[in-house]
Amino acid sequence: MKPDAEFEDTDLLRSIEESGVGFRVASSLLMLVILGAWVIFSRQILQGLGVTGLNQPVAWGFYIVNFVFFIGISHAGTLISAILRLSQAEWRRPITRMAEVITVVVLAIGGFHPVLDLGRPERMLNIFTAGRLQSPLLWDVSSITAYFMASTVYLYIPMIPDIALLRDRGTRPRWLYTFLAWGWQGTPRQHAVLERAVSILMVLVIPIAVSVHTVISYIFAMTLQPGWHSTIFGPYFVVGAIFSGIAALLMVMIVLRRIFHLERYLKQIHFDYLSRLLLIMSLLWFYFTFSEYLTAFFGSEPSEMRVFFYKVTGPYAPFFWGMVICNFVIPVIILSFRRTRTIPGIFIASILVVIGMWLERLNIVVPSLANPRLELATGYYIPSLVEWAMFAGGIATFILGFVVFARFFPLISVWEIQEGRELSVAETSERLESYLPDPAPASSSTVEGGG
Amino acid sequence: MTRWGMVIDLERCTGCGACMAACHQENNLAAVGEEECARDRGFYWLRLLRQVSGSGSNLTVRYLPQLCVQCDDPPCVKVCPVHATYLGEEGIVGQIYSRCIGCRYCMAACPYNAKVFNWYAPDRPGELERGVNPDVSLRPKGVVEKCTFCHHRIVKAREEARIAGRELQDGDVIPACAESCPAQAIEFGDLEDPDSRVSRLAHSSRAFQLLHDLGTAPKVYYLAEMERGRDEA
Repeated sequence: MKPDAEFEDTDLLRSIEESGVGFRVASSLLMLVILGAWVIFSRQILQGLGVTGLNQPVAWGFYIVNFVFFIGISHAGTLISAILRLSQAEWRRPITRMAEVITVVVLAIGGFHPVLDLGRPERMLNIFTAGRLQSPLLWDVSSITAYFMASTVYLYIPMIPDIALLRDRGTRPRWLYTFLAWGWQGTPRQHAVLERAVSILMVLVIPIAVSVHTVISYIFAMTLQPGWHSTIFGPYFVVGAIFSGIAALLMVMIVLRRIFHLERYLKQIHFDYLSRLLLIMSLLWFYFTFSEYLTAFFGSEPSEMRVFFYKVTGPYAPFFWGMVICNFVIPVIILSFRRTRTIPGIFIASILVVIGMWLERLNIVVPSLANPRLELATGYYIPSLVEWAMFAGGIATFILGFVVFARFFPLISVWEIQEGRELSVAETSERLESYLPDPAPASSSTVEGGG
Repeated sequence: MTRWGMVIDLERCTGCGACMAACHQENNLAAVGEEECARDRGFYWLRLLRQVSGSGSNLTVRYLPQLCVQCDDPPCVKVCPVHATYLGEEGIVGQIYSRCIGCRYCMAACPYNAKVFNWYAPDRPGELERGVNPDVSLRPKGVVEKCTFCHHRIVKAREEARIAGRELQDGDVIPACAESCPAQAIEFGDLEDPDSRVSRLAHSSRAFQLLHDLGTAPKVYYLAEMERGRDEA
């Protein structure tokens, strides 16, 4: 690694060092959207949750749907990047950083959603002063907090050498890079510590990530409500989360590749590998969904059946079948054939999966609440302007997160790319050789039984 | 220890709705108005579930006054993150309005949909403001509330018994809904006391509990309608 000299990958720093009008325009527009969302949301703060479309049987709506959705997307990052690092997949190098950024940005957005949903947000801290460990909501708070901490550190630590590089190049704002570089000089000892920290974190972060969406599913599964009270909800949610996470990662990669001209780094092969992973997750998602709905249907408990038919043939049929088409039918067709598994094809499949996974969250939250056991009439739910505005605000915050990150930090890990170029070819071939069978024993020493 | 319970005789119930109105008045429930009711935000601690069967001249309408069944194993208490809803010593499921954060998890978890939420700041237009019952605390916007079995009446009855220098007797406590029922379909009392009217009625062969197979152990019992030779359901 040579921080001072001109090197091959200066184009990765171009967005930081030559930021122009694009950044200002994009960030102002996004801030405008976010500001607008908050202005509309102020009605809810002043008047109460009445301004939403929520009602008595359907007490949870968009806020909770988006909470589950955004937290699901967050599994893109840390989990995938940790698994790829752990399995020493060399093709991970240009991908991990973006994946980790998705996680941190989306977790901040998703984790905030339950607060939007509170009737008395100013009493939020009661969770700490009067918290009851028995409540799945408290498990959630603990798990998401742990995940946010771990993934922020996991994003930051591998960024240190890149920040130091920016510091040494004198990039502005200097104080930011000097502060964040944390005295990095690139000594062998520092490298050893960094590697060690990353390897501890990547092992640590996987169980936390799995726990996060498991516990979110427990919010629903721990109640007795039809359609929620299911033992496979934990793994079902985790699979869905990773599924939507990979789709979001692919979307982000394709968009950023276009904007920042990263074609040299994000090559066809990266999309090919990741989209195979997406295909596998799509099949796995279908397997879980099929098991879940078949069990409900076959047992045909009346209250379960009300929820079932509400989704399959009732008012939620467009959303239910839309979900199946977006998550399974079209992605599997696109991703199965090499002819359609092109970058535009993958882009379409990823967008559909993200939409489909949002629909899945909607299909889980609303129909069960709309069909309570005792109610003879079914409930309905139409989200209000406030809820739509906060949804738009959430998406704008996601994009803004990327715009701001790309303005100040490299989207692809410069040092890891360099490391890959310099060291890993030798390392990988050495590793490959270690997989091969040992050389045959010399012919003189024939194996003899017993002894 | 007392274990408060209720028995509602569906044979006697005429579906007049007096219990609903009395409960509303007694417990200072907000008047949310027609528009909000149309949006499924009707405000009640006790409501009439209506079942319509048949058609034309064969039309049958049945009513079931439904309130919080005060489970012995309440699903709402299990999920509350801040201990704002709890099972009291005498078996009444309470709600601490000043602690509730308004997450509505208890509403989502309650199989009986017995809880209501203050979507807006509660409004008591006109005369209603002056008719507020001083024994029952007012709720702010953004919190969940529910039937308390007229807990304030229990406290009052116990005080009166203590002043009179006697034990609390069966029939001393009458919740607003039972008091207002013209058909005397609602009985209230101590389920622990084998001689109380509620505990005798709760052991009747007509007695059943709502969704009792969920294992929530409700303390509100219903007495089924008698057969009348007409088509069921």
